[in-house]
Amino acid sequence: MTQLVIDRLSAAYGATPVLQDVDLTVERGEIVSVIGPSGSGKSTLLRVLVGLLLPVAGTVTVAGHKVDYRSRRDLRAVRDRIAIVFQQYNLFQNMTALRNVTIAPTVVKRRAPAEVTAEAETLLAKVGLADKTKSYPDQLSGGQQQRVAIARALALKPEVLLLDEVTSALDPELVGEVLDTIRLLAREGMTMLIVSHEMGFVREVADRVLFMADGRVVEVGRPKQIFDEPQAARTRDFVSRILRH
Amino acid sequence: MDRLLEEIPRFFNYYNMIFIGQAFFYTTAMSFIGCTVGFAAGFGLAVMRHERIFRSLVLRLLAITYTEIFRRIPFLVKLMVVFFAFQLSGLEVSMFTVAVTTVALSAAAFASENVRAGLESVHDNQWDAAEAMNMGGLTALRRVVLPQSWPVIIPPSMTYSVGLVKSTSIASQIGVLELTYAAKVMTNKGFSAFLCYGTILVLYFVLCFSLNRFAAWLETRLDPTRHRPA
Repeated sequence: MTQLVIDRLSAAYGATPVLQDVDLTVERGEIVSVIGPSGSGKSTLLRVLVGLLLPVAGTVTVAGHKVDYRSRRDLRAVRDRIAIVFQQYNLFQNMTALRNVTIAPTVVKRRAPAEVTAEAETLLAKVGLADKTKSYPDQLSGGQQQRVAIARALALKPEVLLLDEVTSALDPELVGEVLDTIRLLAREGMTMLIVSHEMGFVREVADRVLFMADGRVVEVGRPKQIFDEPQAARTRDFVSRILRH
Repeated sequence: MDRLLEEIPRFFNYYNMIFIGQAFFYTTAMSFIGCTVGFAAGFGLAVMRHERIFRSLVLRLLAITYTEIFRRIPFLVKLMVVFFAFQLSGLEVSMFTVAVTTVALSAAAFASENVRAGLESVHDNQWDAAEAMNMGGLTALRRVVLPQSWPVIIPPSMTYSVGLVKSTSIASQIGVLELTYAAKVMTNKGFSAFLCYGTILVLYFVLCFSLNRFAAWLETRLDPTRHRPA
């Protein structure tokens, strides 16, 4: 079943176009990785999908519903279905790990606190942080913070999870623990759109890879195809530079 | 010096104490009501002009215009403007009301800037995260941004409030019975200026010092990290 259809999506920061005619279809349970040089619009694509930046043209269809990003109702609905994890974690600094996870379900969705707390504890245990529920973000390492952020996104029970370079801000020795968490989600069949620079990881976990440059989709294909037999010159160039080191 | 010592028992008699006590009460009330109302209004102004909360250009322009103008007018001038504005409007109000209104108008403009600085000290990514989780602007403000803003908002606001307490002395110009006015009355009665102004000096100090202690308490109380183990 098709989970997400992006059709000729364009977006701009002021007069500068940052996304142009992006097309992508994501099936339920599929993991699509978005790669490309910095400034190619990867993060922007994710920001547009959750309504943090208004598209200027094109459509997004989530689970069969076409999203009107100007409508408050649609915006709420799409954010109920799609959750995002940010590069800088963006944890609420004034709340414990546990509260970060429970705040949206209790305050926004108005679910029973006891039930939400139990769920949040399970989620934090799942990302390996059962003993850190009472810690504040600045008492946690980058990797731990990012895992809290993943738990926080999962607490919203999204149909699609967007991961925006979630390991880019981490020290190298902390990358593994976050990638392990994502592998766990992959095994559970979570539909994910992963922007990443970890090419080894992308190759391992992605069903398909989308290569972007200058706000456009250059090439889409199986990881093997993108990394071993890229068709476009831009992709070849990018892949060869990335894989060289 | 002998004359001064001789004056003291007469100065601190029952009626004079009532009089000065009343003046102290008016100074305190003027400061307290003015600052409270002003801070609330200033808070509103800062929220009105914040683009992650309200997206209305009109609201923003109104808030900016008010803030920018009222921050730049001397207290005495504001006092006169308010005085004559009330007179023009034909409303019969006490001088005390005129003074409180002026304090509030001043406090609003400055509080607005302090609150704005506080809100802007919180990284945009906090708003992004809140918004992406469907939190409305006001909910994000209350639950996420404001708790992190207090440490930036409180110190300058309290410094300003102490400044305002001192500015209320200017209200003596329009005849509000506050501390400075009381001192003037007492000197006119023939008491030595040193004694009169020395007394209100102590009272101003007590008031401002209490305010500083309150600020320190508030800072700890609203520190977002206060629940942490040491």
